[in-house]
Amino acid sequence: MIDLEANIPPGPIQEAWDNHRFNVRLVNAANKRRFHVIVVGTGLAGASAAATLGELGYRVSAFTFHDSPRRAHSIAAQGGINAAKNYRNDGDSPFRLFYDTIKGGDYRSREANVYRLAQISNNIIDQCAAQGVPFAREYGGLLDNRSFGGAQVSRTFYARGQTGQQLLLGAYQALSRQIDAGTVTMHTRTELLDVVVADGHASGIVTRDLLTGEIRTHAAHAVVLATGGYSNVFFLSTNARNSNATAIWRAHRQGAAFANPCFTQIHPTCIPQSEGFQSKLTLMSESLRNDGRIWVPLHGGERPPDQIPEDERDYFLERRYPAFGNLVPRDVASRAAKGMIDEELGVGARRNGVYLDFAHAIDRLGAEVIKARYGNLFEMYERISGEDPYRVPMRIYPAPHYTMGGLWVDYNLMTTIPGLYAIGEANFSDHGANRLGASALMQGLADGYFVLPVTIGDHLAPMLGRGEPTTDHPAFAQAEAQVRARVDRLLSIRGSRSVDWFHRELGRITWENCGMARNGAGLQQAIHEIRALREEFDTDVRVPGEGESLNQSLEKAGRVEDFFELAELMCIDALHREESCGGHFREEHQTPDNEALRDDERFAYVAAWEHTGGVPELHREELEFQYVQPAQRSYK
Amino acid sequence: MRLTLRVWRQAGPEAEGFFEEHLVEDATPEMSFLEMLDLLNERLTLEDKEPIAFESDCREGICGTCGLMINGQAHGPQRGTATCQLYCRKFSDGDVITIEPWRSAGFPLIKDLVVDRSSFDLVIAAGGYISVSTGSAPDANLSLVPKEAADLAMDAAACIGCGACVAACPNGAGQLFTAAKLAHLNLLPQGQPERGRRTIRMVEEMEQHFGSCTNHRECEAQCPKVISIDFIAMMNRDYRKARRKERS
Repeated sequence: MIDLEANIPPGPIQEAWDNHRFNVRLVNAANKRRFHVIVVGTGLAGASAAATLGELGYRVSAFTFHDSPRRAHSIAAQGGINAAKNYRNDGDSPFRLFYDTIKGGDYRSREANVYRLAQISNNIIDQCAAQGVPFAREYGGLLDNRSFGGAQVSRTFYARGQTGQQLLLGAYQALSRQIDAGTVTMHTRTELLDVVVADGHASGIVTRDLLTGEIRTHAAHAVVLATGGYSNVFFLSTNARNSNATAIWRAHRQGAAFANPCFTQIHPTCIPQSEGFQSKLTLMSESLRNDGRIWVPLHGGERPPDQIPEDERDYFLERRYPAFGNLVPRDVASRAAKGMIDEELGVGARRNGVYLDFAHAIDRLGAEVIKARYGNLFEMYERISGEDPYRVPMRIYPAPHYTMGGLWVDYNLMTTIPGLYAIGEANFSDHGANRLGASALMQGLADGYFVLPVTIGDHLAPMLGRGEPTTDHPAFAQAEAQVRARVDRLLSIRGSRSVDWFHRELGRITWENCGMARNGAGLQQAIHEIRALREEFDTDVRVPGEGESLNQSLEKAGRVEDFFELAELMCIDALHREESCGGHFREEHQTPDNEALRDDERFAYVAAWEHTGGVPELHREELEFQYVQPAQRSYK
Repeated sequence: MRLTLRVWRQAGPEAEGFFEEHLVEDATPEMSFLEMLDLLNERLTLEDKEPIAFESDCREGICGTCGLMINGQAHGPQRGTATCQLYCRKFSDGDVITIEPWRSAGFPLIKDLVVDRSSFDLVIAAGGYISVSTGSAPDANLSLVPKEAADLAMDAAACIGCGACVAACPNGAGQLFTAAKLAHLNLLPQGQPERGRRTIRMVEEMEQHFGSCTNHRECEAQCPKVISIDFIAMMNRDYRKARRKERS
């Protein structure tokens, strides 16, 4: 039933996107207003897509569960956005960005998509600068750059430590312009609870108004999901508290294949957990690794860092990876830190961190320069930890941060359900098994500003003349009834444990068995435990209040229920992938010096799972590498 | 830590509100203020009482979703800090803490500590952007932006849209929020073509929803991003200039 035709354009990769843009069907400017497109989510991908579709003349309805589009979690991205501008004259090019991304993803992404991303990266910087995004500048007035992990060129554009905020505000302002112009209708505080598929085609959505509890249906010619990733399956992650997977999971249940769910990214530089009731983990930008040096005491122990002489410190990344040093990719840095803590070399009261030390940089450059580069990050660290990083090294530890897996999409960013698109972190497309720093913002905006607005025309054009979409098809009433039944069921259980308790437990199981390191026995155990916990949830969760008003417990209950099923699929995927690659590290498959050991013979494919109601069915999209030859990744 | 909380409860916009007292005995100094409220809500849930409705999302001070009046101060006692970045170590064992929603005519109350800030979105939609449709931009380095202008624009653009400025103002004025967006865009070369029109439209939209500024400076003092009221002076100057130009 599922067809994994990727629709990769023929011909040389450098010309593929240009050729494709020529070959896709177009909708005439005057006809665009005859089409209604639903965009769910207003982060970088969703806001940029909704704004651009509106500019083109489509009628757009945009939805967010936030009180304003500006709150989306893209806003929290700190470090920067990559582009192959080669403004530094350091040898960068679209091909190099493409190469670095394929290699960084450990050869598990689709070449054509990644090449397109690298090409478009330059247009994004042009677009955002024109919108007034206050990127960092040099004294001559030109754009400044910095370095990020996994690259040996300086290609990251940034706005202090708030790049995501500024890019999101740019997209939000572009969206606001279209709202003002009347091309986009904005629905805030409105959450998607199901996707409606009528006669095999995505025809609309079911939503709940979070203030009144009203459940209603919306019909459109196409539906775009830009609803982000699922790191909150781990409960403790760097994601915002309300980030969730309900939209993509509901789409999956309706027939959209879910690709590579086990490819999750653990970010190496987060503030370690300090107490048992903690609600989230806070990321410290990867840009800190430009000047900070990571180390642990060679022999462990309790001494404060200023009493440990240089020759008793192990700068383990510099030692193991001299070529990239502290700027190795995230998966490599995270695993190395975990290794140190597993050997009981961790630091801090809970012995759950490694040092990120700026003393050398401050000596070399002065505290003022460091303050100009990272001032807001240092302040944030001090607020949370109570320690001053200008004097005491930061303590950091890896935390779930990003999910490379997501809904399977073809080259047009369409899922396996015709008319249903997934963009940004919600899809699986460009990062393979590990995403490089400063590439999430790039992908979200590439999808939203430049790719989807072109490719969606190919789907819409043949629908011209079929009239205004309506909610008359019985699939709408059926989906709405199911959503109502689900809300009523959650409210009626009235058990003895809170939603947060279940979420915390689910997170613990998933983190311990499907986190930074995985093994067969642990994964099997996790699947077992998740199912048992799910059964307990069904009989013992307590959701106070009613459905007809603002009820935050009810919102969370639905999201956690979907996380149970997603967590199980993650473990099933991780169990089947008998190799290590990128963020997926199977302890059974490693080199003698503990690096990830891929198995290209057996696993050079995208694992796309079909929801069956029972055992999920695996479909494979074989990956072909014509331009970059897969090799053992080396950052030494 | 033992903390006594006096929390504003109000079932809905039309319902009558009241203070409800709760004793939290198991707070720790390492806990964030919102985690302490999570803890209380967890207990209320198990006691079959309705948890306190309050909003938060990123919990790292950037999304602008959270915002509580804590002992009469927007976002609480720590300068330059959003509610979600406030930690219990800023309080002492035995403290009594009063927690209220943003109170301002421009932000109608929804439930308990949750208010409606959509008027901010209307101000932005009234010209808080540079009109540049996707695909039409020239190479980014064609337009030079002096570093000083970019840095000052960034200072203004750091606004998180939380509404503390309005809540802190005795007049419920929206000047700091509006001025921050205007300064961000009006300081940049890209923002010049629409400068006058943008200023007039945004100021007029602002006046539909918010009170007037009488220079109390509470907005700057309680802003979690410490945005300067200099930007308000800049907005007033731009507004007068634009009006004069319109008349001539």
